[in-house]
Amino acid sequence: MNKQEFRRYPATVIPKRKSVQRMNMRQLKENGAKIIFILAACVSILAVALICIFLFANGIPGMAKIGVFKFLTGRVWKPGNDIYGILPMILGSVYVTAGALVIGVPTGITTAVFMSRFASKRIAKIMKHAVSLLAGIPSVVYGFFGLTVVVPLVRDLFGGSGTSILSASIVLGIMILPTIISISEPALNAVPNAYYEGALVLGATHERAVFKVILPAAKSGVMAGVVLGVGRAIGEAMAVMMVAGNQPRMPKGLLQGVRTLTGNIVMEMGYAADLHREALIATAVVLFVFILIINMLFSVLKRRTKV
Amino acid sequence: MISTKKEAVFIKVFVYAGTILTLAILVSVVGYILFKGIPNLSLKLFEREYTTENVSLFPALVNTLLMTFLSLLIAAPLGIFAAVYLVEYARNDNRFVKLVRITTETLSGIPSIIYGLFGFLFFVTALGLRMSLLSGALTLSMMILPLIMRTTEEALFAVPVEYREGSYGLGAGRLRTLFKVVMPPAIPGILAGIILSVGRIVGETAALIYTAGTVAEIPKSLLDSARTLSVHMYALSSEGLYINQAYATAVVLLVIVAGINALSAYAAKRIERKTNNGKD
Repeated sequence: MNKQEFRRYPATVIPKRKSVQRMNMRQLKENGAKIIFILAACVSILAVALICIFLFANGIPGMAKIGVFKFLTGRVWKPGNDIYGILPMILGSVYVTAGALVIGVPTGITTAVFMSRFASKRIAKIMKHAVSLLAGIPSVVYGFFGLTVVVPLVRDLFGGSGTSILSASIVLGIMILPTIISISEPALNAVPNAYYEGALVLGATHERAVFKVILPAAKSGVMAGVVLGVGRAIGEAMAVMMVAGNQPRMPKGLLQGVRTLTGNIVMEMGYAADLHREALIATAVVLFVFILIINMLFSVLKRRTKV
Repeated sequence: MISTKKEAVFIKVFVYAGTILTLAILVSVVGYILFKGIPNLSLKLFEREYTTENVSLFPALVNTLLMTFLSLLIAAPLGIFAAVYLVEYARNDNRFVKLVRITTETLSGIPSIIYGLFGFLFFVTALGLRMSLLSGALTLSMMILPLIMRTTEEALFAVPVEYREGSYGLGAGRLRTLFKVVMPPAIPGILAGIILSVGRIVGETAALIYTAGTVAEIPKSLLDSARTLSVHMYALSSEGLYINQAYATAVVLLVIVAGINALSAYAAKRIERKTNNGKD
């Protein structure tokens, strides 16, 4: 945006001394306000710095005490015996996130395609409201829905206890839908109409033009949506915890219970002390690093969409 | 090779199936909660006191309001001022501005459980604020700060440059231009962002369990623990004894969320109209 520097009248225009004083007061106010605005802008830098400092300062020493390699690749988590390995939780997070993507990505992208290129304007608008409602539903409500509907359904259909990787994947897949849709739909809308028209002129059907021309053109925007969905899925705590079973062991099958990184923190933070507590904070450090990588990926993709 | 016609039909079916699945999910989540929850709504659930015989959601409802108010009180001025600096004062190539943008983006991607853990380590333990309304509100205000900043920025950007030029031309200073000319048309947009962050506060659980705690009473001071509705619902469903009341709480949460969405859409619509007027 083009910002104009404000230029004051030359002092000669203002004859009386009183006005000059007022001018100084005004100058003071302007500068004071500017300083307040700058300070407010500093808050997010401060917040990120504090989060990093407190997580790393509390988590890294614990990780060092346990042994970084042992901590990250250990297959056993037994706080009672001072054994802390979070490989099961890392895998747990990765599995449920992958499961969520299998469910959420095709559904989300096709819905976005429908809203952007198939639906009439009115229907697209209604669907936008529907998606924002889906986005607004609190995660406990999703978790509760999972607990009372998805878990029994999985139990009846496939046996086992029902609290499983599959249930967690389904619930997370639902939860990342609005994220994927709300990022990829604008990306699809932003593809110039000439692309579509060009494809039609070359003899493509509407469907073919959308899938072979528009969708590839919107690729980075759609990918950004997916990456943000991954971030949401891997960071979600409550809903996953309510349906995943939370057993801290190596996950072996779709129908077995699993504990995620987030679940590990929520489950045990309430009573943990000493090394146990540090191990939990170290778990958060691992999660935080995952999230930072995902964020970076997201902003790279987003920047590419803008060009 | 499949014929083009068959391919077109196949794609169409695929797209419609995905869309219908999305809508079916929404309908079944909302429908199921309403179906199970509405019969369990009773006046008893809104009584003043929470007891083991009557797990009233009233204290949690009041706490949610308090938490929302307090978090906004902290985050809204900070977020709006920061956005004002970014849009109205700073030059875009400034290194400081870049750092602010990167950190804000980072904040918006951090999962709520990390905020919760940080709040527990910093506000609750290091600052000694205990598990309290205040610790919870401080944690949440960090969480909603990027949302408020981003929406305010967008709202300010939408105000045409000519407004500012006209105001400067008439001899108004920067502050006066800001508050009398730029802010008024941007208010609906800023409000839409604030309403959205209310939604996030209402729905938050993971960031609050270890910062605001789970005491089901209306707090007597800022330093008392207070569970919000979402935490209340989590507590009910994890105890497993009050499933019916949990359904009812879910209904209340859904109603609040739907109301918030409608409000925010309304506010956003107003800013659309206003800025269009500006361009005509």
